[in-house]
Amino acid sequence: MLEVKAVVSKQSRTEMEELDPRVRVNNFAEVAQGYTPEQAVKEAKRCLQCADPKCMEGCPVQIDIPDFIELIAEEKFDAAAEKIKEKNNLPAICGRVCPQEDQCELKCVLESTGEPIAIGRLERFAANYGEDEVTKPVQDKGKVAVVGAGPAGLTAAADLAKMGYKVTVFESFHEAGGVLKYGIPEFRLPKEVVQEEIDQIKKLGVEIQLNKVVGKIKSVDELMEQEGYQAVFVGTGAGLPKFLGLEGENLNGVYSANEFLTRVNLMKAYKFPEYKTPVYVGNKVAVIGGGNVAMDAARTALRLGAEESMIVYRRSREQMPAREEEIEHAEEEGIQFQLLRNPTKILGNEDGFVTGLECIKMELGEPDDSGRRRPIAIEGSEFEMDADMVIMAIGQNPNPILLDDSPEIETTDWGTIKTDEVGQTTKEGVFAGGDIVTGAATVIEAMGAGKDAAEAIDEYIQSKDDN
Amino acid sequence: MYEIVEKNKLAPEIFHFEVKAPEIAAKAQAGHFLILRAVEKAERIPLTIADYDREQGTIDIVVQEVGYSSQQICDFEEGEAFLDVVAPLGNPIETEDYDRVICVAGGLGAAPLYPKVKSLVDHGAEVTTILGAQRAEKLIWEDRFADLSEDLYIATDDGSRGTEGFVTNVLEELLSEDNDYDAVIAIGPMIMMQAVSDLTAEYDLKTIVSLNTLMVDGTGMCGGCRVTVGEETKFACVDGPAFDGHEVDFEEQRRRKKFYEEHEEEIEEHHVGGEGCRVQAK
Ligand SMILES: Cc1cc2nc3c(=O)[nH]c(=O)nc-3n(C[C@H](O)[C@H](O)[C@H](O)COP(=O)(O)OP(=O)(O)OC[C@H]3O[C@@H](n4cnc5c(N)ncnc54)[C@H](O)[C@@H]3O)c2cc1C
Ligand code: SF4
Ligand code: FES
Repeated sequence: MLEVKAVVSKQSRTEMEELDPRVRVNNFAEVAQGYTPEQAVKEAKRCLQCADPKCMEGCPVQIDIPDFIELIAEEKFDAAAEKIKEKNNLPAICGRVCPQEDQCELKCVLESTGEPIAIGRLERFAANYGEDEVTKPVQDKGKVAVVGAGPAGLTAAADLAKMGYKVTVFESFHEAGGVLKYGIPEFRLPKEVVQEEIDQIKKLGVEIQLNKVVGKIKSVDELMEQEGYQAVFVGTGAGLPKFLGLEGENLNGVYSANEFLTRVNLMKAYKFPEYKTPVYVGNKVAVIGGGNVAMDAARTALRLGAEESMIVYRRSREQMPAREEEIEHAEEEGIQFQLLRNPTKILGNEDGFVTGLECIKMELGEPDDSGRRRPIAIEGSEFEMDADMVIMAIGQNPNPILLDDSPEIETTDWGTIKTDEVGQTTKEGVFAGGDIVTGAATVIEAMGAGKDAAEAIDEYIQSKDDN
Repeated sequence: MYEIVEKNKLAPEIFHFEVKAPEIAAKAQAGHFLILRAVEKAERIPLTIADYDREQGTIDIVVQEVGYSSQQICDFEEGEAFLDVVAPLGNPIETEDYDRVICVAGGLGAAPLYPKVKSLVDHGAEVTTILGAQRAEKLIWEDRFADLSEDLYIATDDGSRGTEGFVTNVLEELLSEDNDYDAVIAIGPMIMMQAVSDLTAEYDLKTIVSLNTLMVDGTGMCGGCRVTVGEETKFACVDGPAFDGHEVDFEEQRRRKKFYEEHEEEIEEHHVGGEGCRVQAK
């Protein structure tokens, strides 16, 4: 952490307890323990209550940050929770997984001191409080269908229900939650926390139909024409895993991060054989990629008993897209980093199992479109390394299953859905948001898109009713 | 919940279930499959929709007890209900433009083959069927195929019914006499589909196989169902499950099927040992 340069605030950021890395690598318990009331109040009192709060500019859903922090400082925890929920239906989740260091905390006036207010930790703390009893709003404004129960879909559903619409969510998996359930591991985001938030949304009168793949069991057209939904929100996420197309990629022991994490998180393979879904774990695991997904996969493999778990990334540490906190947690747990290395081939034995990787060394060249220095292969620098498991965490493409069935919804060259600013697609009455529009992004951006679309859907239906 | 309205034993260790699922029945077509999670802690198991009845609102599955999970499904009785069923998944099979087709099933493959034969016949094709099994009592739905097929041949490993030997022996004989067919559809164990494909390649005869790969979601999200077809990697759940048999890398599929063999044993031990729940030992 940086030195405090200016004494703007009396104290430095209040630390949060974390499980000891040596203990936590052996279990799936949540790493970050959350603030105690004393710690939360102490941290809240550091907030300057700026007249023009910059932090809010960094929040994709414009939570009244100084207001809720003040309520915590006054020990009005229930009220603080209610304040957040005016804008954010999933505070316990966002408090844990939002990249605050790039959003609200980056904009906080204290950021320059290296000690911005720990807004995320405070949000997570407040989420423990508030009314459990939700009154179901009167739902007489019309019927809306939501496809996909990830953060985008759930947010749109909750907001529409609050506005007075009867909302039905269709989800292809046997549980709601999207990436929050199948992707992000238990030790970062306990599934119980996710389920509690989903249950709150159900109390608003939102109906969630599980095991329903829209595009297969019914089409978007059928929802609108036969089942009487006046609008449809599509929040189907970026579920299609990318592979590199390398020789040996179909060997046993090579997983997409999606498959590995789904087996472990959604299907609870970490409790095998009590839960019957198996997962293979090697002794020496190589995870390809440098994002949050790669960190999650590497840390999960370690917890399942891998002796060594490493990240193989083609750029350097500074360019890794993962959150700093996640990289630090991974380092503390003993994940090794093979930086400036790119796999060129996956090696296997006669039985078809992985035995190693062939990689090439990379160096950084000129910045590319993303502003990051482009990695360039160093010719002739190929080398082999041992690995008996390889996990591909190099990104996801949008899931096309619904779109293949609805050609009127136009897509971009990347397969994402084309929309205007508020989420209207090229098909009338159909809106979209989240990873299916942006490509793999963040929970809070998906929620922001769900919120915007909910408003746009309300406007659309009201304007039609007026005519 | 998906209620079982009827359960029959078709052969030793092979059961047929008729399950109430009106929405699925309304959309099901030959070639579609479903994913079933019997109870909370169970795996997600892909199974072919072996038949459906739109009026009754039911779908049919046929399950053979091979490991823990299939046994668990087979222990369900009429009146009980499966927790989760997702369907219809995969692509329906093209059955319209055929005049003469040979359909070949090995073992349990008869169940997924049945809707294809039915659909072919409905669309006016003349179907010759070859059913294979280890022994006579393992044959399933012989009567159903007899009703639909122009000719029905049977092969058993021990000769207890029909020709002694493999389905490929019968197929070879048929083709050597007359190979004026539009296509062969083969469903069964990988090794059998591979043998059929190798044989039909000699006759340059279009061959469609249906792969029962490992799967998790069935919607293209995990890539666990990867299969090499020609030079390309395909996802069986969304690109298949039917593929050109002459292009499929069967060796790779056979290796992939062995991926979790050790885990199967561990489950068996866990339950036979009756030790209750252990944490996964590594
Ligand atoms: C391992 C991992 C770690 C991550 N870590 C973070 C993090 O720390 N912080 C962060 O902000 N973001 C993180 N992300 C990204 C974040 O999770 C996503 O950006 C976010 O979940 C996108 O939300 P969504 O609602 O658009 O889609 P999803 O969460 O993907 O939800 C889409 C839902 O739609 C369902 N669906 C798809 N097709 C259909 C269909 N045809 N019919 C019915 N249902 C369908 C899917 O089953 C799924 O439940 C992470 C992602 C992963 C994979
Ligand atoms: S910018 Fe920082 S100090 Fe100012 S109100 Fe927001 S959190 Fe408080
Ligand atoms: S089963 Fe997951 S992608 Fe096919």
